Amino acid sequence: MTAPAADSLTTGAAAGRPPALVLDGVAVARAGHTVWSQGDLTVPSGSVVGVIGPNGAGKTTLFQVVLGLLPVAAGRVEVLGAPPRRGDRRIGYVPQNYTAALGDAVRCRDLVGLALTGARFGLRRMTREQHARVDAALRRVGAAELGDRRMSELSGGQQQRVAIAQAIVDDAELLLLDEPLANLDLRNQHEVVALLGELRRERDVTIMVVAHDLNPLLPVLTDALYLLDGHPHHDPIGEVVQEDLLTHLYGTPVRVVRTAQGDLFTRGALPARGTPSPTADRPERAS
Amino acid sequence: MTRPAAIAVQPDWLEILQAPFMRNAFLGGSLVALAAGLLGFFVVTRQNAFAAHALAHIGFPGATGALLLGLPVTLGLAVFCVGGGLLIGLSGARVADREITTGTVLAAATGLGVLFASLAGATAGATTSVLFGNLLAISSGQLRLFAVFTALVVLVLAWIARPLAFASVDPAVAEARGVPVRALGVGFVVLLALTITMAVQVVGTLLLFALVVTPAATALRLTARPGRVAAIAVTLALASVWLGLVLSAVLPLPPSAFVVGIAVLAWAVVLLVTGRGRRRRWRATPFVDAHHVPRATAT
Repeated sequence: MTAPAADSLTTGAAAGRPPALVLDGVAVARAGHTVWSQGDLTVPSGSVVGVIGPNGAGKTTLFQVVLGLLPVAAGRVEVLGAPPRRGDRRIGYVPQNYTAALGDAVRCRDLVGLALTGARFGLRRMTREQHARVDAALRRVGAAELGDRRMSELSGGQQQRVAIAQAIVDDAELLLLDEPLANLDLRNQHEVVALLGELRRERDVTIMVVAHDLNPLLPVLTDALYLLDGHPHHDPIGEVVQEDLLTHLYGTPVRVVRTAQGDLFTRGALPARGTPSPTADRPERAS
Repeated sequence: MTRPAAIAVQPDWLEILQAPFMRNAFLGGSLVALAAGLLGFFVVTRQNAFAAHALAHIGFPGATGALLLGLPVTLGLAVFCVGGGLLIGLSGARVADREITTGTVLAAATGLGVLFASLAGATAGATTSVLFGNLLAISSGQLRLFAVFTALVVLVLAWIARPLAFASVDPAVAEARGVPVRALGVGFVVLLALTITMAVQVVGTLLLFALVVTPAATALRLTARPGRVAAIAVTLALASVWLGLVLSAVLPLPPSAFVVGIAVLAWAVVLLVTGRGRRRRWRATPFVDAHHVPRATAT
């Protein structure tokens, strides 16, 4: 099968940088209950990884491990060549439902600036250089004119851009985005995905994206990390977009459609039952 | 202007304003307004308004218990507010959990307060001054304590303002960036408890919102620049206290009513002026004090 365009780019692995993520016999538990186990995988630096799996499979939990917020129950984890550490400035993070949780009380500019200075105690003003970095990050995501607005005044697409600006303002080497496309219309989904592709090319950053619907991300994904039957797996994206694997993964029949723009996967012809993946409602999509 | 005879203008109001108890009232009220105005931004953004209100109630048995034991009321208030604050702060990160705990602790505290007041044989007047505050009765001893509390609140807040703001508006990312979100939450609630200990004595348990929440909520309607929010909130709180005291000298009515009235009036005017064009996402005061309405409190 043809690999997406992003595959042809040189990845950081070629440049001799440590992998973005290494799991070695890792098991993760919450309140004594194992979420997933037997994690053995290596995510090369510079890849764009779709993190997929059914609800409750532990996608957000994986991010918490990478962020150093959740110690593993067993095994060894390496993030950018070192054990995970809370407050690692090399990681930019956009949580799930992020923008909905942010209130009326803060300007976009201040929100982005907090990622630079918010962990510091004491009364210190932001420096001119820090202000410049905030402006540059907002400009990079196409939100330069939104700095003085409040998050609550923006559209969903604009909010997601500001959230990404916050994640990249400190020159992150690894971006973790949890459902960044949820609640976005098609055009905004497309623009956010294009932005991720550009960031990946310009900064050689590794990007891990949790998504229910892989379709809009397929143009930029190089790899997939999928949580299946209680274990994480990692493969090049081309090997994941297979009907039998996706059908198993989503627990519902999935068909893969090849188009000139790349692959699409859709729900099969069987009638919907239970709670389907978001793709269920949109069997066709123009790229 | 016609007015019922009972609240006619006091012709000697200028002299009243110069009396020593008025000096104490101005100083004490200003200290409280400063601390409350600064904390208000965080109370609103952290959606802690309910906790703030509950802390005031939790202070109630502290105050009546102090009456029972013959101890200073401020001490009883401080012990119960800070203790209750720690309990709320440690009880869980989720707002929903916090509200259940807060509500339960609030009910227990109010029950204890009534019990203590009854055991102490507290007069209606003493109970009223806890419930509605008595700015005009602030002693020099209380004033010194207020100065210490306010200095503590301002200094600690200056130290933690930035990470606390991060943890308040954006807890998930703040935690990932290494901000000690839980510890800051506990620290904040202790500062809040100290401020409420003072505010209860100015505007009382029942009217505390007007100083701790309303000025900051008003400021946030006008701007989202953090420095300006703090400045406007403190200014509004100070103006409410000062104007309230002057009015209470002119008219023989308790200052609490005027302080609250002015703060609420400013909020209402700003709400009217800025009402359109902004969606309100934060839920500042969702519960509308329902548990008070049916009960006639000691007046």
